Amino acid sequence: MVKYIGKRIIYMFITMFLIATATFFLMQTLPGSPIASYSKLNDTQKAIVEKKYGIDKPKPVQYAIYMKNLAKGDLGTSFAFKGKSVNDLLASRMKPSFILGAQAMVFGTIVGILLGMIAALKQNTFWDYGSTFFAILGISIPSFVFATLLQYYVASQWHLLPVGLWNDGWKSSVLPSLALAMGPLALSARFIRTEMIEVMGSDYITLAKAKGANGFEIAFKHAFRNALIPLITVLGPVAAGLVTGSLVVEQIFAIPGIGEQFVSSIMVNDFATIMGTTLFFSAFLIVVIFIVDILYGVIDPRIRVAGGKA
Amino acid sequence: MSKILQVKDLELSFHTFAGEVKAIRGVNFDLNKGETLAIVGESGSGKSVTTKSIMRLLPESSSEFKNGEIIFDGKDLTKLSEREMQKIRGKDISMIFQDPMTSLNPTMTIGKQIMEPILKHQKVSKDKARKVAIELLNMVGIPNAENRYKMYPHQFSGGQRQRIVIATALACNPQILIADEPTTALDVTIQAQILELMKDIQKKIDTSIIFITHDLGVVANVADRVAVMYGGMIVEIGTVDEIFYNPQHPYTWGLLSSMPSMDLNEEKLYAIPGTPPDLLNPPKGDAFALRSEYALKIDMEQPPPFFQVSDTHYAATWLLHPQAPQVEPPAGIIERMRTFPGSRYYEATGGRA
Repeated sequence: MVKYIGKRIIYMFITMFLIATATFFLMQTLPGSPIASYSKLNDTQKAIVEKKYGIDKPKPVQYAIYMKNLAKGDLGTSFAFKGKSVNDLLASRMKPSFILGAQAMVFGTIVGILLGMIAALKQNTFWDYGSTFFAILGISIPSFVFATLLQYYVASQWHLLPVGLWNDGWKSSVLPSLALAMGPLALSARFIRTEMIEVMGSDYITLAKAKGANGFEIAFKHAFRNALIPLITVLGPVAAGLVTGSLVVEQIFAIPGIGEQFVSSIMVNDFATIMGTTLFFSAFLIVVIFIVDILYGVIDPRIRVAGGKA
Repeated sequence: MSKILQVKDLELSFHTFAGEVKAIRGVNFDLNKGETLAIVGESGSGKSVTTKSIMRLLPESSSEFKNGEIIFDGKDLTKLSEREMQKIRGKDISMIFQDPMTSLNPTMTIGKQIMEPILKHQKVSKDKARKVAIELLNMVGIPNAENRYKMYPHQFSGGQRQRIVIATALACNPQILIADEPTTALDVTIQAQILELMKDIQKKIDTSIIFITHDLGVVANVADRVAVMYGGMIVEIGTVDEIFYNPQHPYTWGLLSSMPSMDLNEEKLYAIPGTPPDLLNPPKGDAFALRSEYALKIDMEQPPPFFQVSDTHYAATWLLHPQAPQVEPPAGIIERMRTFPGSRYYEATGGRA
């Protein structure tokens, strides 16, 4: 197991290196430069700024410097946010995104799994059709539509919760979390329903029934764990996406999260921030996939990695 | 011999999109204490459905008891609530399935799976249940059970898994053990071991076994009595010797003739012509008539009743009616009948020799 984890961590670093290289050179192909927006500066002043940020040097040299700093964990200095380091920017923006993502994830999966279980166990009844309808709504309607609907009714019409911003404690987080939760909720409900129906038809469920187990024991002790594997596979990336911030929902609720910052940094060609955010997203996704792979083994002993303790 | 289970006039249908499938059309049999009753028949003859209906394991939404009763322990199992059935399943009646590769939960240790019925039906501590589980594993011949009960099903071979399923079924010393083709998915050497194991266990805990199979070789090996099923009905029932050496129903003749034999030098193995009846629209008369070369005119019009051959032997064929013409069974069957005291050919050869 230790050997496997070690190997995986080495691969993770190689992946990160490749992503960093690819993003760096892709960035260079973007039209414009961060300095272009400094329209009040004359050419001499621009040259001074370019020298300060090091973008007057040849590309390979820039790349070498960037990678050297990256190895030390330094993501460079933002162009747009007046001399702030990208590390600090990300750190200050991470908290709201993380809270929203985590809440949406926990709420969405738990409610989704429950809906899916009910649908599967009461197959072809009102409960099944109801939860299927709900799940299709969740999958087909984009989160920003939910966001605006929630904003309009719950906040603006009924005045139950704040319309936006991040200044009212947990209350600020409720509506954006709900809007974000619709995706994972619908996804979990569909996946669990399909898997549960399949698992409930398998021989070992009939055997469990033949041993005298009741409906609850069959559903939760025998079927649930076997139905989880496909869900975990898709939930990993979804979790990474949510936790690292949803661009649109953060914009709608005016929440100072990573997603919102990512959009504005692209607008002004802020190379360092774009790179930093991309790498941060990538790192998060890679770690989540790693955790998912470990989770497989915890849930299903057959997938436990070679050399692992059985 | 006391009767432990009585199935009377059982009729069961499945509701499908195509209509009502009459899967069981009047099944009668008794199971005696300590005996092994084999139910044989081809696919779709209703053998599995019959036993699953005893355990009430068929989906409630699509299956329906139309008639009849299943008497166990003074209760009619067809009328019990799901909760009452849960108390019987795994405790008084338990079951072994065909495919050991899929009948164990892959994400649960085998120890837990064996302990489950013990903890469910008996008031014992976990420690005690664990001890019983290890004893059971030893009994079914899993070596090093103390360590292996913590392992998962994928760490065992097919034969070992079937032993584990058997151990689970025996956990509460059931009065009836239903084995639904327990050796079909195993290779021949393992088959023999599992059959030996089941016979040993039956002696040890004195349980009655209903053994479903389509393998007549297995039947000869394990059964005390045999019921032959065809088209959702029992067509012939008797002791194993009566069925093998004095068969009366043309379908039983067909089954026995299609069994490879060491004595016969015929190159080609016999196969029963035609296909099983469509139980969506069951035939009016004898379900086997269309495939039988011995069919009489009345077979097309009226289903045959059971005719008694001996105290223990009954067959549902018009050929046994006093007015029916005498027909010659296939040569291989006559060969078998010659060795059976009480069959008409036994006396004939005895006289001539």
